[in-house]
Amino acid sequence: MDLSREQLLAMHRSMVRIRLFEEAAGTLMEQGKMPGFLHLYVGQEAVAVGVCEALRIDDYITSTHRGHGHLVAKGGDLSRMMAELMGKATGYCGGKGGSMHINDLSLGMLGANGIVGAGVPIAVGAGFRNKYRGSDQVAVAFFGDASTNIGAFHEAANMACALHLPVVFICEHNRYGEYTPTDRAMVIADVVDRAAGYGMPGVIVDGMDVVAVHEATVQAVDRARRGEGPSLVEAKTYRFYNHHGIQNLGLKYRPDDEVLAWKARDPIFTFEDRSVEAGTLTKDEMEANWADVRADIERAIAFADESPFPTEDQLLAGVFSESVSGAAS
Amino acid sequence: MSERSITYVQAFTEAVKLEMDADPDVFIAGEDVGAHGGVFHTFDGVQKDFGERRAVDTPISEQAIIGLGIGAAVTGLRPIVDLMFMDFVLVAADQIANQAAKLKYMFGGDAKVPLTITTCGGAGLSAAAQHSQSLEALFCHIPGIKVICPSTPYDVKGLMSSAVRDDNPTLFVLHKRMLGQRGVVPEERYQVPLGVAKVSRPGNDVTIVSWGKLAADSLVAAELLAADGIDAEVIDLRTLSPLDIDTVVESVRKTNRVVVAHEAVRFGGFGAEVAAQIQELAFDYLDAPVGRIGAPYSPIPFTPALESKYVPDPAAIAVGVRDALARPLLGI
Repeated sequence: MDLSREQLLAMHRSMVRIRLFEEAAGTLMEQGKMPGFLHLYVGQEAVAVGVCEALRIDDYITSTHRGHGHLVAKGGDLSRMMAELMGKATGYCGGKGGSMHINDLSLGMLGANGIVGAGVPIAVGAGFRNKYRGSDQVAVAFFGDASTNIGAFHEAANMACALHLPVVFICEHNRYGEYTPTDRAMVIADVVDRAAGYGMPGVIVDGMDVVAVHEATVQAVDRARRGEGPSLVEAKTYRFYNHHGIQNLGLKYRPDDEVLAWKARDPIFTFEDRSVEAGTLTKDEMEANWADVRADIERAIAFADESPFPTEDQLLAGVFSESVSGAAS
Repeated sequence: MSERSITYVQAFTEAVKLEMDADPDVFIAGEDVGAHGGVFHTFDGVQKDFGERRAVDTPISEQAIIGLGIGAAVTGLRPIVDLMFMDFVLVAADQIANQAAKLKYMFGGDAKVPLTITTCGGAGLSAAAQHSQSLEALFCHIPGIKVICPSTPYDVKGLMSSAVRDDNPTLFVLHKRMLGQRGVVPEERYQVPLGVAKVSRPGNDVTIVSWGKLAADSLVAAELLAADGIDAEVIDLRTLSPLDIDTVVESVRKTNRVVVAHEAVRFGGFGAEVAAQIQELAFDYLDAPVGRIGAPYSPIPFTPALESKYVPDPAAIAVGVRDALARPLLGI
């Protein structure tokens, strides 16, 4: 599959946006300027970007507690994201959701989720909606390897297949469920083995290679658009920082050589090396991406800093919709 | 004008069909709701009238059934998803309580989740401890989902219409023992507003607050009491969340004595919330402690010999009312 130069540059830029957003957010949290939990996506950028580059704006995605990267890749606004993480009124959720509930319905991003695996059934619902409406939109569920040990995942995968829905399951296998190595949580090495149990095709892809992720996703998405049902793509990847935050309270649970080996396969730097080598993109234009995004991040932080916190009258707002759509008759 | 009488479950099915007729975005999904019409006949004929696209049989996967409803609702459809027995809400508790109920608020208020979850609760069929519960209190405790427990065919139809048209998640609880109860129900589509209680029997001596099957049983209890000259006012809450406490308080100001009666376990039941609000809002009007009728603190037994002792009935309600009335006024 031939990606245009523009696409490759856009994918690079999107990965850089995730990287710099996450590192800025992690730094702000560790400086005490950001409340709550922060599960950083750094290291996994190629997955979100490779997948979302295969999607249209009207396709739906559901995300995880490590969800910033998915929203950035779907086109999220960095300023509104940073403001949300800081709990500000101008944030995506008006400061009421935070990192784990960040979403943009206008981009089809149906939410990060604080409950492991819980977004997967919701993606199935979005897929159902697409089929019900006779639309060729697809729904993509992002989830981690650990999610595939939870009941909601199995129910959702089976139901999507049983109802033949346009859903693509993207497993980001990052080798750890919180702090527990995946090989202690399940005896199979590859989540993709589970796909056959539901009767859907599954493929393993190098999650550190944005082009490979993109190619695999395009096939799965095309299949779903054609009405041929769900697929599972397992992207082997790694989170460079910790389960939570950057320093993660000094917890030591991964061997240093493992971390270094994966960092040597950094999805952005290896993409840059390959692009220069292949002559598809120049060092300069990729440097320009970094510079542009750095400026975007500065603006996002300034926007978030200057934004007000929500006022107390917002405390009880939005529990219920006031509207009753009684007009249908 | 002839008044048509149909059953509680027929009223439900009629509401579902009218809402599906009115809005192409309304569909039903759940275990056995399609070809079989639901194990309680709640969806009889829906698939015949509307086809497999809009009456969807699903796997026995309660989390995914609710998730399907949430995902479809937040992307623009108006799903009715069924959980068959109320006990099964616990299997889907995360999707109901952590997802559906909270999504709008967590997302900053922009999202709409017009999802109706239907289920059949209640004991009395020797269905034992996992097919008989009344778990409404659990969901009243979760902000963001409305809880509806109708007691008459008329209210079933009107409240179901309102639940489907509401832009929020609703939990619509039918009572298994009431499915065959008949009542007058207009043929046309109409709505009974959510969050509005009904004085189903006016009276002056004591107030009985109830919902679901016990709201009907409370009317029977009121007749037992009337034989002894006790004039009970019966309030059917119909919707527990949002709660119409104003109608209750207005009644208590008149009668000065009140008993809350529900089929669920008394300990930690929704009656405790109603009782607490009554004493907060009408303390000075009370001539006796707020009485509470509910099931004892145990799982629901199978054998009819024990189940009949477990489930509160009209006689038990009447006893509770007599207790409230027996309390003498202290002279001041």
